[in-house]
Amino acid sequence: MHRQLLAICSLASFAAGLSVASFAGFREFLPGLLAGAWVTLQITVAGCALAVVMGLIAGLCKLYGMLLLRWLAVAYIEVFRGTSALVQLFWLFFVLPHFGVHLSPMVVAIVALGLNVGAYGAEVVRGAILAVPRGQFEASIALNMSRLTMMWRIILPQAFVRMLPPWCNLFIELLKASALVSLITLSDLTFKAYQMNQTTFRTMEIFSLVLAIYLGISLLITLSMRMLEARASAGLARGRTG
Amino acid sequence: MEALVDWAFVWDILPLLARAALVTIEATLLGFGLAASLGLLLAIARMSHQPWIAWPVAGFIEFIRSTPLLVQLFFMFFVLPKFGIVMPAFLTGILGLGLHYSSYCAEVYRSGLENVPRGQWEAALALNLSLPRTYWDIVIPQAIPPVIPALGNYLVSLFKETPLLSAIAVLELMQTAKILGSEYFRYLEPITIVGLFFLGLSLLSAAAIRRVEHWLTTRRG
Repeated sequence: MHRQLLAICSLASFAAGLSVASFAGFREFLPGLLAGAWVTLQITVAGCALAVVMGLIAGLCKLYGMLLLRWLAVAYIEVFRGTSALVQLFWLFFVLPHFGVHLSPMVVAIVALGLNVGAYGAEVVRGAILAVPRGQFEASIALNMSRLTMMWRIILPQAFVRMLPPWCNLFIELLKASALVSLITLSDLTFKAYQMNQTTFRTMEIFSLVLAIYLGISLLITLSMRMLEARASAGLARGRTG
Repeated sequence: MEALVDWAFVWDILPLLARAALVTIEATLLGFGLAASLGLLLAIARMSHQPWIAWPVAGFIEFIRSTPLLVQLFFMFFVLPKFGIVMPAFLTGILGLGLHYSSYCAEVYRSGLENVPRGQWEAALALNLSLPRTYWDIVIPQAIPPVIPALGNYLVSLFKETPLLSAIAVLELMQTAKILGSEYFRYLEPITIVGLFFLGLSLLSAAAIRRVEHWLTTRRG
Protein backbone atom coordinates (compact mmCIF):
# COMPACT_ATOMS: atom_id res chain seq x y z
CA MET A 1 0.00 0.00 0.00
CA HIS A 2 2.72 2.37 1.07
CA ARG A 3 4.81 1.27 -1.87
CA GLN A 4 2.11 2.04 -4.41
CA LEU A 5 1.65 5.46 -2.86
CA LEU A 6 5.36 6.09 -3.18
CA ALA A 7 5.40 4.93 -6.79
CA ILE A 8 2.52 7.25 -7.58
CA CYS A 9 4.27 10.12 -5.81
CA SER A 10 7.51 9.68 -7.70
CA LEU A 11 5.75 9.26 -11.04
CA ALA A 12 3.70 12.36 -10.30
CA SER A 13 6.78 14.37 -9.38
CA PHE A 14 8.54 13.26 -12.55
CA ALA A 15 5.49 14.17 -14.62
CA ALA A 16 5.25 17.51 -12.84
CA GLY A 17 8.96 18.04 -13.40
CA LEU A 18 8.67 17.29 -17.10
CA SER A 19 5.64 19.51 -17.62
CA VAL A 20 7.30 22.33 -15.74
CA ALA A 21 10.45 21.72 -17.73
CA SER A 22 8.58 22.08 -20.99
CA PHE A 23 7.87 25.72 -20.29
CA ALA A 24 10.12 27.85 -22.41
CA GLY A 25 11.87 29.34 -19.39
CA PHE A 26 12.94 25.94 -18.20
CA ARG A 27 13.65 24.35 -21.53
CA GLU A 28 16.88 26.19 -22.12
CA PHE A 29 18.30 25.08 -18.77
CA LEU A 30 17.23 21.46 -18.85
CA PRO A 31 19.97 19.95 -21.10
CA GLY A 32 22.77 21.48 -19.05
CA LEU A 33 21.19 20.50 -15.77
CA LEU A 34 20.59 16.95 -16.97
CA ALA A 35 24.27 16.66 -17.91
CA GLY A 36 25.05 17.76 -14.36
CA ALA A 37 22.51 15.31 -12.97
CA TRP A 38 24.28 12.51 -14.84
CA VAL A 39 27.56 13.37 -13.05
CA THR A 40 25.70 13.52 -9.73
CA LEU A 41 24.15 10.12 -10.43
CA GLN A 42 27.51 8.55 -11.32
CA ILE A 43 29.12 9.88 -8.14
CA THR A 44 26.17 8.75 -6.05
CA VAL A 45 26.15 5.21 -7.43
CA ALA A 46 29.93 4.73 -7.19
CA GLY A 47 30.02 6.37 -3.77
CA CYS A 48 27.22 4.11 -2.51
CA ALA A 49 29.06 1.03 -3.77
CA LEU A 50 32.24 2.09 -1.96
CA ALA A 51 30.23 2.95 1.16
CA VAL A 52 28.64 -0.51 1.27
CA VAL A 53 32.03 -2.21 0.90
CA MET A 54 33.65 0.00 3.55
CA GLY A 55 30.66 -0.36 5.86
CA LEU A 56 30.77 -4.15 5.67
CA ILE A 57 34.54 -4.33 6.16
CA ALA A 58 34.67 -1.83 9.02
CA GLY A 59 31.53 -3.16 10.70
CA LEU A 60 32.76 -6.76 10.62
CA CYS A 61 36.25 -5.74 11.75
CA LYS A 62 34.86 -3.76 14.67
CA LEU A 63 32.80 -6.79 15.74
CA TYR A 64 35.10 -9.73 15.06
CA GLY A 65 38.51 -8.34 14.08
CA MET A 66 41.71 -8.98 15.97
CA LEU A 67 42.94 -6.24 18.25
CA LEU A 68 44.78 -4.21 15.61
CA LEU A 69 42.01 -4.55 13.01
CA ARG A 70 39.34 -3.62 15.52
CA TRP A 71 41.34 -0.61 16.60
CA LEU A 72 41.78 0.47 12.97
CA ALA A 73 38.06 0.09 12.31
CA VAL A 74 37.14 2.18 15.37
CA ALA A 75 39.63 4.88 14.35
CA TYR A 76 38.23 4.96 10.80
CA ILE A 77 34.64 5.19 12.02
CA GLU A 78 35.31 7.89 14.61
CA VAL A 79 37.44 10.06 12.32
CA PHE A 80 35.01 9.99 9.42
CA ARG A 81 31.94 10.44 11.57
CA GLY A 82 33.57 13.11 13.69
CA THR A 83 34.63 15.50 10.93
CA SER A 84 32.56 17.22 8.25
CA ALA A 85 32.17 15.69 4.83
CA LEU A 86 33.28 19.00 3.31
CA VAL A 87 36.45 19.07 5.40
CA GLN A 88 37.24 15.50 4.31
CA LEU A 89 36.62 16.42 0.69
CA PHE A 90 38.88 19.46 0.89
CA TRP A 91 41.51 17.50 2.76
CA LEU A 92 41.67 14.85 0.04
CA PHE A 93 41.55 17.50 -2.68
CA PHE A 94 44.02 20.07 -1.37
CA VAL A 95 46.26 18.17 1.06
CA LEU A 96 46.85 14.81 -0.64
CA PRO A 97 48.80 16.38 -3.54
CA HIS A 98 51.11 17.68 -0.82
CA PHE A 99 52.03 14.05 -0.11
CA GLY A 100 52.57 13.37 -3.80
CA VAL A 101 49.19 11.67 -4.36
CA HIS A 102 47.37 13.24 -7.29
CA LEU A 103 43.81 12.07 -7.81
CA SER A 104 41.30 13.39 -10.29
CA PRO A 105 38.42 15.38 -8.73
CA MET A 106 36.00 12.63 -9.70
CA VAL A 107 38.00 10.00 -7.79
CA VAL A 108 38.39 12.36 -4.82
CA ALA A 109 34.63 12.90 -4.76
CA ILE A 110 33.80 9.20 -4.87
CA VAL A 111 36.44 8.26 -2.30
CA ALA A 112 35.52 11.05 0.13
CA LEU A 113 31.78 10.45 -0.02
CA GLY A 114 32.16 6.67 0.02
CA LEU A 115 34.46 6.72 3.04
CA ASN A 116 32.28 9.24 4.86
CA VAL A 117 29.03 7.33 4.42
CA GLY A 118 30.82 3.99 4.87
CA ALA A 119 31.74 5.04 8.41
CA TYR A 120 28.06 5.56 9.26
CA GLY A 121 27.27 2.33 7.41
CA ALA A 122 29.72 0.37 9.57
CA GLU A 123 27.56 1.10 12.61
CA VAL A 124 24.47 0.05 10.67
CA VAL A 125 26.11 -3.26 9.75
CA ARG A 126 27.24 -3.81 13.34
CA GLY A 127 23.80 -3.04 14.75
CA ALA A 128 22.07 -5.32 12.25
CA ILE A 129 24.39 -8.25 13.02
CA LEU A 130 23.95 -7.77 16.75
CA ALA A 131 20.17 -7.80 16.24
CA VAL A 132 20.22 -11.34 14.79
CA PRO A 133 18.93 -13.63 17.57
CA ARG A 134 21.60 -15.44 19.58
CA GLY A 135 20.03 -18.80 18.82
CA GLN A 136 21.04 -18.43 15.17
CA PHE A 137 24.72 -18.16 16.15
CA GLU A 138 24.40 -21.07 18.58
CA ALA A 139 22.62 -23.27 16.04
CA SER A 140 25.36 -22.59 13.45
CA ILE A 141 28.02 -23.56 15.96
CA ALA A 142 26.06 -26.69 16.90
CA LEU A 143 25.96 -27.62 13.21
CA ASN A 144 29.76 -27.32 13.14
CA MET A 145 29.83 -24.52 10.57
CA SER A 146 33.02 -22.56 10.09
CA ARG A 147 32.88 -18.86 11.10
CA LEU A 148 32.87 -17.87 7.43
CA THR A 149 30.00 -20.19 6.46
CA MET A 150 28.04 -19.07 9.50
CA MET A 151 28.44 -15.41 8.54
CA TRP A 152 27.79 -15.86 4.85
CA ARG A 153 24.93 -18.36 4.91
CA ILE A 154 23.17 -17.73 8.22
CA ILE A 155 23.87 -14.37 9.82
CA LEU A 156 24.40 -11.90 6.98
CA PRO A 157 21.25 -12.85 5.02
CA GLN A 158 19.17 -12.16 8.14
CA ALA A 159 21.09 -9.02 9.00
CA PHE A 160 20.74 -7.85 5.39
CA VAL A 161 16.97 -7.36 5.67
CA ARG A 162 17.40 -5.25 8.81
CA MET A 163 20.11 -3.17 7.19
CA LEU A 164 18.09 -2.09 4.19
CA PRO A 165 16.00 0.76 5.70
CA PRO A 166 18.97 2.50 7.36
CA TRP A 167 21.08 2.03 4.22
CA CYS A 168 18.31 3.69 2.23
CA ASN A 169 18.61 6.73 4.50
CA LEU A 170 22.39 6.71 4.09
CA PHE A 171 22.15 6.55 0.29
CA ILE A 172 19.92 9.62 0.34
CA GLU A 173 22.41 11.32 2.65
CA LEU A 174 25.11 10.50 0.12
CA LEU A 175 23.06 11.90 -2.74
CA LYS A 176 22.62 15.15 -0.82
CA ALA A 177 26.28 15.24 0.22
CA SER A 178 27.23 14.85 -3.45
CA ALA A 179 26.21 18.49 -3.92
CA LEU A 180 29.43 19.32 -2.07
CA VAL A 181 31.58 18.09 -4.95
CA SER A 182 30.58 21.24 -6.83
CA LEU A 183 33.02 23.00 -4.49
CA ILE A 184 35.98 20.97 -5.80
CA THR A 185 35.37 21.98 -9.43
CA LEU A 186 33.36 18.94 -10.53
CA SER A 187 30.52 19.95 -12.81
CA ASP A 188 27.71 18.12 -11.06
CA LEU A 189 24.10 19.27 -10.87
CA THR A 190 24.74 21.95 -8.25
CA PHE A 191 27.82 23.26 -10.06
CA LYS A 192 25.92 23.57 -13.34
CA ALA A 193 23.14 25.41 -11.56
CA TYR A 194 25.59 27.78 -9.91
CA GLN A 195 27.31 28.44 -13.23
CA MET A 196 24.07 29.07 -15.13
CA ASN A 197 22.93 31.34 -12.35
CA GLN A 198 26.10 33.39 -12.69
CA THR A 199 25.54 33.91 -16.41
CA THR A 200 21.77 34.24 -16.69
CA PHE A 201 20.58 35.38 -13.22
CA ARG A 202 17.43 33.31 -13.72
CA THR A 203 17.79 32.06 -10.17
CA MET A 204 14.22 31.07 -9.50
CA GLU A 205 13.81 28.74 -12.48
CA ILE A 206 17.25 27.17 -12.23
CA PHE A 207 17.27 26.34 -8.54
CA SER A 208 13.64 25.20 -8.47
CA LEU A 209 14.44 22.78 -11.25
CA VAL A 210 17.55 21.59 -9.42
CA LEU A 211 15.64 20.97 -6.20
CA ALA A 212 13.02 19.03 -8.17
CA ILE A 213 15.70 16.86 -9.81
CA TYR A 214 17.31 16.05 -6.45
CA LEU A 215 13.88 15.22 -5.04
CA GLY A 216 13.22 12.94 -8.00
CA ILE A 217 16.50 11.07 -7.60
CA SER A 218 15.94 10.60 -3.88
CA LEU A 219 12.42 9.28 -4.46
CA LEU A 220 13.91 6.88 -6.99
CA ILE A 221 16.40 5.64 -4.39
CA THR A 222 13.64 5.18 -1.80
CA LEU A 223 11.46 3.32 -4.27
CA SER A 224 14.15 0.92 -5.43
CA MET A 225 15.25 0.21 -1.87
CA ARG A 226 11.62 -0.54 -0.89
CA MET A 227 11.41 -2.99 -3.77
CA LEU A 228 14.66 -4.63 -2.71
CA GLU A 229 13.36 -4.84 0.85
CA ALA A 230 10.16 -6.55 -0.29
CA ARG A 231 12.21 -9.09 -2.24
CA ALA A 232 14.72 -9.70 0.54
CA SER A 233 12.16 -10.17 3.27
CA ALA A 234 10.04 -12.62 1.25
CA GLY A 235 9.82 -15.86 3.19
CA LEU A 236 10.92 -14.28 6.46
CA ALA A 237 8.14 -14.20 9.01
CA ARG A 238 8.51 -10.57 10.00
CA GLY A 239 6.24 -7.65 10.61
CA ARG A 240 2.51 -7.34 10.22
CA THR A 241 0.55 -9.85 8.19
CA GLY A 242 -2.01 -8.97 5.55
CA MET B 1 64.17 18.80 2.35
CA GLU B 2 61.32 20.86 3.65
CA ALA B 3 59.66 19.69 6.85
CA LEU B 4 56.23 18.15 6.35
CA VAL B 5 54.50 20.38 8.89
CA ASP B 6 55.57 24.00 9.16
CA TRP B 7 55.03 24.65 12.87
CA ALA B 8 55.78 28.38 12.69
CA PHE B 9 53.00 28.67 10.10
CA VAL B 10 50.68 26.72 12.40
CA TRP B 11 51.29 29.19 15.24
CA ASP B 12 50.80 32.10 12.84
CA ILE B 13 47.39 31.01 11.63
CA LEU B 14 46.06 29.60 14.89
CA PRO B 15 44.66 32.92 16.26
CA LEU B 16 42.89 33.62 12.96
CA LEU B 17 41.38 30.16 12.90
CA ALA B 18 40.34 30.45 16.54
CA ARG B 19 38.43 33.65 15.75
CA ALA B 20 36.74 31.92 12.82
CA ALA B 21 35.91 28.95 15.05
CA LEU B 22 33.87 31.34 17.19
CA VAL B 23 31.79 32.22 14.12
CA THR B 24 31.28 28.51 13.48
CA ILE B 25 30.10 27.93 17.05
CA GLU B 26 27.85 30.98 16.92
CA ALA B 27 26.25 29.74 13.71
CA THR B 28 25.80 26.29 15.24
CA LEU B 29 24.04 27.57 18.37
CA LEU B 30 21.81 30.10 16.59
CA GLY B 31 20.97 27.63 13.81
CA PHE B 32 20.10 24.93 16.29
CA GLY B 33 18.00 27.30 18.37
CA LEU B 34 15.93 28.02 15.28
CA ALA B 35 15.80 24.34 14.29
CA ALA B 36 14.72 23.18 17.74
CA SER B 37 11.91 25.71 18.10
CA LEU B 38 10.64 25.60 14.51
CA GLY B 39 10.91 21.80 14.57
CA LEU B 40 8.50 21.56 17.51
CA LEU B 41 5.96 23.74 15.70
CA LEU B 42 6.30 21.63 12.54
CA ALA B 43 5.88 18.40 14.51
CA ILE B 44 2.71 19.65 16.19
CA ALA B 45 1.35 20.92 12.88
CA ARG B 46 2.10 17.60 11.22
CA MET B 47 0.12 15.77 13.92
CA SER B 48 -2.89 18.03 13.42
CA HIS B 49 -6.20 16.34 12.62
CA GLN B 50 -6.89 18.91 9.91
CA PRO B 51 -5.58 17.46 6.64
CA TRP B 52 -5.07 20.92 5.11
CA ILE B 53 -2.57 21.65 7.86
CA ALA B 54 -0.99 18.22 8.28
CA TRP B 55 -0.44 17.37 4.61
CA PRO B 56 1.37 20.48 3.41
CA VAL B 57 3.57 20.40 6.51
CA ALA B 58 4.40 16.73 5.89
CA GLY B 59 5.21 17.56 2.27
CA PHE B 60 7.38 20.47 3.34
CA ILE B 61 9.33 18.29 5.79
CA GLU B 62 9.90 15.56 3.20
CA PHE B 63 10.96 18.09 0.59
CA ILE B 64 13.49 19.76 2.88
CA ARG B 65 14.86 16.42 4.02
CA SER B 66 15.42 15.05 0.55
CA THR B 67 17.17 17.98 -1.09
CA PRO B 68 20.76 19.05 -0.37
CA LEU B 69 21.43 21.77 2.17
CA LEU B 70 23.95 23.37 -0.19
CA VAL B 71 21.32 23.89 -2.88
CA GLN B 72 18.89 25.25 -0.30
CA LEU B 73 21.54 27.72 0.84
CA PHE B 74 22.22 28.83 -2.74
CA PHE B 75 18.50 29.13 -3.32
CA MET B 76 18.02 31.39 -0.32
CA PHE B 77 21.19 33.34 -1.01
CA PHE B 78 20.29 34.11 -4.63
CA VAL B 79 16.49 34.05 -4.66
CA LEU B 80 15.52 36.01 -1.55
CA PRO B 81 17.22 39.23 -2.76
CA LYS B 82 15.01 39.08 -5.86
CA PHE B 83 12.01 39.50 -3.59
CA GLY B 84 13.66 42.46 -1.94
CA ILE B 85 14.80 40.50 1.12
CA VAL B 86 18.45 41.38 1.51
CA MET B 87 20.23 39.79 4.43
CA PRO B 88 23.86 39.43 5.44
CA ALA B 89 25.28 36.06 4.37
CA PHE B 90 25.65 34.98 7.99
CA LEU B 91 21.92 35.43 8.61
CA THR B 92 21.05 33.56 5.42
CA GLY B 93 23.31 30.75 6.55
CA ILE B 94 21.68 30.51 9.97
CA LEU B 95 18.22 30.53 8.42
CA GLY B 96 19.24 27.83 5.95
CA LEU B 97 20.80 25.61 8.60
CA GLY B 98 17.89 26.17 10.99
CA LEU B 99 15.25 25.46 8.36
CA HIS B 100 17.01 22.33 7.11
CA TYR B 101 17.48 20.88 10.57
CA SER B 102 14.02 21.90 11.76
CA SER B 103 12.67 19.19 9.46
CA TYR B 104 14.90 16.60 11.11
CA CYS B 105 14.03 17.88 14.58
CA ALA B 106 10.34 17.74 13.67
CA GLU B 107 10.62 14.00 13.08
CA VAL B 108 12.42 13.57 16.40
CA TYR B 109 9.74 15.53 18.26
CA ARG B 110 7.05 13.55 16.49
CA SER B 111 8.46 10.28 17.79
CA GLY B 112 8.46 11.80 21.27
CA LEU B 113 4.92 13.15 20.97
CA GLU B 114 3.59 9.86 19.62
CA ASN B 115 5.08 7.98 22.55
CA VAL B 116 3.10 9.92 25.15
CA PRO B 117 0.47 7.44 26.43
CA ARG B 118 -3.00 7.99 25.06
CA GLY B 119 -4.41 8.13 28.61
CA GLN B 120 -2.65 11.47 29.09
CA TRP B 121 -4.54 12.93 26.14
CA GLU B 122 -7.80 11.47 27.34
CA ALA B 123 -7.27 12.78 30.85
CA ALA B 124 -6.54 16.26 29.44
CA LEU B 125 -9.73 16.04 27.40
CA ALA B 126 -11.70 14.89 30.44
CA LEU B 127 -10.37 17.88 32.39
CA ASN B 128 -11.59 20.12 29.57
CA LEU B 129 -8.15 21.56 28.88
CA SER B 130 -7.79 23.49 25.63
CA LEU B 131 -5.54 22.04 22.92
CA PRO B 132 -2.71 24.56 23.51
CA ARG B 133 -2.79 23.88 27.23
CA THR B 134 -2.84 20.12 26.66
CA TYR B 135 0.26 20.41 24.51
CA TRP B 136 2.07 22.94 26.66
CA ASP B 137 1.35 21.59 30.16
CA ILE B 138 0.75 17.88 29.64
CA VAL B 139 2.16 16.45 26.43
CA ILE B 140 5.32 18.44 25.67
CA PRO B 141 6.88 18.09 29.15
CA GLN B 142 6.57 14.32 28.81
CA ALA B 143 7.53 14.13 25.15
CA ILE B 144 10.77 16.08 25.17
CA PRO B 145 13.08 14.50 27.78
CA PRO B 146 13.22 11.07 26.06
CA VAL B 147 14.21 12.63 22.73
CA ILE B 148 16.95 14.91 24.05
CA PRO B 149 19.75 12.50 23.02
CA ALA B 150 18.37 12.32 19.46
CA LEU B 151 18.19 16.11 19.34
CA GLY B 152 21.78 16.22 20.58
CA ASN B 153 22.85 14.02 17.67
CA TYR B 154 21.31 16.51 15.26
CA LEU B 155 23.09 19.35 17.05
CA VAL B 156 26.35 17.56 16.26
CA SER B 157 25.34 16.98 12.62
CA LEU B 158 24.37 20.62 12.26
CA PHE B 159 27.73 21.61 13.69
CA LYS B 160 29.46 19.42 11.12
CA GLU B 161 27.45 21.01 8.29
CA THR B 162 28.48 24.57 9.14
CA PRO B 163 31.45 24.43 6.69
CA LEU B 164 28.81 24.63 3.95
CA LEU B 165 28.33 28.27 4.88
CA SER B 166 31.73 28.87 3.30
CA ALA B 167 30.00 28.39 -0.06
CA ILE B 168 27.93 31.54 0.48
CA ALA B 169 30.98 33.48 1.65
CA VAL B 170 30.41 33.41 5.40
CA LEU B 171 33.81 33.83 7.01
CA GLU B 172 33.60 30.74 9.20
CA LEU B 173 36.31 28.22 9.93
CA MET B 174 36.43 26.44 6.57
CA GLN B 175 36.34 29.63 4.51
CA THR B 176 39.14 31.13 6.62
CA ALA B 177 41.21 27.96 6.21
CA LYS B 178 40.70 28.04 2.44
CA ILE B 179 41.67 31.69 2.21
CA LEU B 180 44.77 31.08 4.32
CA GLY B 181 45.61 28.07 2.18
CA SER B 182 45.39 29.99 -1.08
CA GLU B 183 47.25 32.99 0.36
CA TYR B 184 50.28 31.05 1.57
CA PHE B 185 49.89 28.15 -0.82
CA ARG B 186 49.96 25.69 2.05
CA TYR B 187 46.73 23.77 2.53
CA LEU B 188 48.06 20.99 4.74
CA GLU B 189 48.11 22.90 8.03
CA PRO B 190 44.90 24.97 7.87
CA ILE B 191 42.66 22.17 6.61
CA THR B 192 44.14 19.61 8.99
CA ILE B 193 43.61 21.97 11.92
CA VAL B 194 39.99 22.45 10.86
CA GLY B 195 39.56 18.68 10.67
CA LEU B 196 41.04 18.18 14.12
CA PHE B 197 38.86 20.95 15.54
CA PHE B 198 35.72 19.27 14.25
CA LEU B 199 36.87 15.83 15.35
CA GLY B 200 37.70 17.04 18.86
CA LEU B 201 34.45 18.89 19.40
CA SER B 202 32.30 16.11 17.90
CA LEU B 203 33.92 13.46 20.09
CA LEU B 204 33.45 15.69 23.14
CA SER B 205 29.80 16.33 22.37
CA ALA B 206 29.19 12.64 21.63
CA ALA B 207 30.55 11.85 25.09
CA ALA B 208 28.36 14.58 26.60
CA ILE B 209 25.27 13.16 24.88
CA ARG B 210 26.07 9.71 26.25
CA ARG B 211 26.26 11.24 29.75
CA VAL B 212 22.88 12.95 29.29
CA GLU B 213 21.37 9.73 27.96
CA HIS B 214 22.70 7.82 30.96
CA TRP B 215 21.40 10.48 33.32
CA LEU B 216 17.95 10.40 31.69
CA THR B 217 17.62 6.63 31.86
CA THR B 218 18.74 6.38 35.47
CA ARG B 219 16.52 9.28 36.49
CA ARG B 220 13.46 7.57 35.10
CA GLY B 221 14.46 4.37 36.86
